[in-house]
Amino acid sequence: MRRGLRRNLTAYGFLCGALICFAFFSWYPMVREVLLSFQKTNFVDEPTWVGWDNFLTVIEDSAFAGAWLNTVTFTGLALLVGFIVPFVAAIVLNELRHAQAYLRFVVYLPVMLPPAVVVLLFKWFYDPGSGLFNQALGVVGIPGLSWLDSTDTALISLVIVSTWMNLGTGTLIYLAALQSIPSDLYEAAELDGAGLFKRVWHVTIPQTRLILMVMLMLQIVATMQVFIEPYLLTGGGPENGTVTVAYLMYQYAFNFGNFGAGGALGLMLMLVLMVFSVFYLRLSREEQN
Amino acid sequence: MRRSGYRRNLGLLLVTGFGLSAAACGTSGETGDKAGSTPAADAKVSITVGCQPPKTNPIERKEWDEDVAAFQKSHPNITIEGKDAFPCINPDTFQAKLAGGTMEDVFYVYFTDVQKIVAAGQAADITPYIDTVKPYKDFRPDVVSVFKQGEKVYGLPRNNYSTGLVFNRKLFTQAGLDPNAPPKTWAEVREAAKKIAGLGAGHVGFGEYSAGNTGGWHFAASLYGRGGDMVSADGKTAAFNSPQGKAVLDNLKQMRWTDNSMGAKQLLQWEDLMRMMGGGKLGMMIGAPDVVQAVNNDFKGKFEDYGVAPLPESTHSLSGGDGYMFHPKATPEKIKAGLLWLEFKNLTPGEGQFNYERAKEIGRPVGLPYPDLYGTAEPGEKVLELRKQFATVPVENFTSYVEASGTIQNKLEPPKAQELYAILDTPMSAVLTRQDANIDELLADAEAKANKVLAKSS
Repeated sequence: MRRGLRRNLTAYGFLCGALICFAFFSWYPMVREVLLSFQKTNFVDEPTWVGWDNFLTVIEDSAFAGAWLNTVTFTGLALLVGFIVPFVAAIVLNELRHAQAYLRFVVYLPVMLPPAVVVLLFKWFYDPGSGLFNQALGVVGIPGLSWLDSTDTALISLVIVSTWMNLGTGTLIYLAALQSIPSDLYEAAELDGAGLFKRVWHVTIPQTRLILMVMLMLQIVATMQVFIEPYLLTGGGPENGTVTVAYLMYQYAFNFGNFGAGGALGLMLMLVLMVFSVFYLRLSREEQN
Repeated sequence: MRRSGYRRNLGLLLVTGFGLSAAACGTSGETGDKAGSTPAADAKVSITVGCQPPKTNPIERKEWDEDVAAFQKSHPNITIEGKDAFPCINPDTFQAKLAGGTMEDVFYVYFTDVQKIVAAGQAADITPYIDTVKPYKDFRPDVVSVFKQGEKVYGLPRNNYSTGLVFNRKLFTQAGLDPNAPPKTWAEVREAAKKIAGLGAGHVGFGEYSAGNTGGWHFAASLYGRGGDMVSADGKTAAFNSPQGKAVLDNLKQMRWTDNSMGAKQLLQWEDLMRMMGGGKLGMMIGAPDVVQAVNNDFKGKFEDYGVAPLPESTHSLSGGDGYMFHPKATPEKIKAGLLWLEFKNLTPGEGQFNYERAKEIGRPVGLPYPDLYGTAEPGEKVLELRKQFATVPVENFTSYVEASGTIQNKLEPPKAQELYAILDTPMSAVLTRQDANIDELLADAEAKANKVLAKSS
C-alpha cells in the first residue's frame, strides 16, 4: 500500500495541481454562480437570499424570449454551416495526395488568431461601403448586402465568423477520425465500383458516426454560449436581432449591475447545456467501449 | 467499487467547492482600519486612488507624480498610492474589483454610473465631511446634484461638460461651409451633413451610435436637447414617447435614408465614431469637448481641425463628466485624506488639473472648454482666466459652445439609465438600418418595455 503510494506520488502531485486549478477556476465559480442566482448582492454587504426573484426578473424581461430564440437560431445555423463545412474540408484534405501538410496548416491558421482579431477583421469585411465582401460582390456585378446592419443577415453573418474561426479544430479532429478508418474498407468499396460520394456515404460516415455525434454535442454546447461575436460586431443589434443568452447575461451583470439576474440566466443556460453534456458523456463512453 | 469511488470523489469536490465558496463569502472588502476608529488627527493614513495616468502616458504620469509629491509634502501624514489604469474605469471590472477587495479607497467614476453605484450601496456617504472641501459651495448646482441622493453626498466631480455638436472644421471648409458658423438648427445640420457626404466616397456627414447601449445614450442626449424627458417627474413611467422623441428618430431617419448623409455602416459604438472623426471622414456627431481630446490623443486627430458647438435648438443638455467616490468601507480618516487630495488635485485653480502653466510647459493641451465645475462662481472665473492665459489650442473653435453653456441647463441621466439605453438601442438601430421603420410603433414598444423596468425598480 505504502509502496504503491510512493510509486504514484508524482502522479498524485500532478492530479492535485489539476484538481486545485479546476476547483478554483471552474467548480468554485460554478458553485458561486448558483448561489448568486438566488441572492441579491452589492459585493459590499452580506448578500440577501431572494428566492426565485432573479429568475422572475429574467423571465419577465422583454429581451428574454428573443435572446433564447436568437441563441437557438444561431446554434441551428452554426450546426448547418459549421458542422458540415469542417467535415467536408476534412474529407477533401484526406483525399488529397499532395500538399496535405501545408493545407492542413492553412486550414488550422484561423484558430491561432486571437478571436478578437478575427472578429475585428470581419468587421472590416462586412463594412457595407468599403468592406471586402461587398467589394467582391461588386466585381461580379452583385449588389452589396447590409450584412451586420440588417435583421435578415446579421445572425448568419455572425455564424460565418464563428465557422471561420473554429473551422481548423473541427477539421483536424475529423481528419484524425478519417485517417483511423482502415484503408481496406475503401479498397473493398472501390472494387465494388463505389465513387467518392458512395464511399463517403457507405464507409466514411458510418465509420465516423460516433465522433460526428460527439462533435455535434460539443458544438451545440459551444455555440449556445456565443458571446464575443455579438459583443464586438453588433452590440446586440440591429433591433436586438443578435442579443444572445450569453450577451444578455453580460448586460445584466456588467451593464445593469445585477449579478443575481445574470447568474440566474447563466444557471438556466447551464441546465440546458447539461442535457447535451449528458448525451456527450454517454457517446464518449460508447466510443470508448 | 468504481462507481462508489466516483461518488465519493464527486462528494469531495462538491464539499471543496462549497467550502471555498463559504470562505469567500466570509471575506469582506474592508480596507484598512476599522470604520469608526478615531486615531489622532495627524495619524498616518495611506489611501489608494484610482485613475493614475499609465506609464505609457509619461507626460500626464509625471504631472501626477509631481502633484503627489507636492501634496504629501504639505500633508506629511498622508500617503497617496496611485493605481494606474487606462481607461480609468472599465465598467466590466468594477463589480469584480469590489467583490475581490481590490477597489481603490478613492475610486474613479463616470457620471453615468454614479446613481447606479449609490443605489447599490457601493459608495461611502461623505456628507459629514463635505464641509471640509472649501470650493464645494461654489460648484454649479447641476454638478453637485450628480453626486447627491436626497441630502446625502457621495462623491466629488473632476470633469463636467454639457453635450454639444462636435464637428470637423476642415471638412466644413472643404464642403463650402463656414466652420466659424456651425449649424444652429437641425435643418442646418441636415444641410451641412448632405454637403459633407457629397465630398466623395467614405465621407459621412453625421454619425450616430446605435448599439451596445450607446444608441440609447445618444437618444437621451438628443431628446434632452430638444426639451424632452426620458422619464416622468416621479421617475415611475417613461416619457420619451413624445413629439421630441419622435423628432429625434425622424430626423435620423431622414438623414439616413432621404439625404443619405449618414453612411451605410451602422450599429456604431463609441470607438467607431472616434475612429471616423480621427480619420477625417466624419463631419459631425453629438459629443462634448472631451471627444476632441480623445480624438487628438488616441485617434490621430489634431485639435485645430475640430470645433464644438452647442446642440442645435437646445435649451437643455445631457450632463457628462467624471469624478471620484469612496470605497463603501473606507474609514473616516481615509475619506478625509481623500477629500484633501481631491481638492488639491482636481478642484483648486492653479493646482493639479488646473495648473495650466505647467500643462503648457510640458506640452499638454490647454484651452478646451472643460471642465466646467463652477460656472460663474469665483473659482470658475479664475479657472477661465488661467485657461485663457495659457491656452495652446485654438479656443475660438469652441466659442459658440462656451457662450451657450451659461444658458443651457444640464440634466442628469434617467433612473435605470443603462436598462433604458439598452431598450432604446432598438428604435435607434431600426431607423438607421431599416428604411420602413415605423417610428410610432418603435417608440410605443420601447415605452412599454421601459415602463416595465421602471415599475419594477420603483
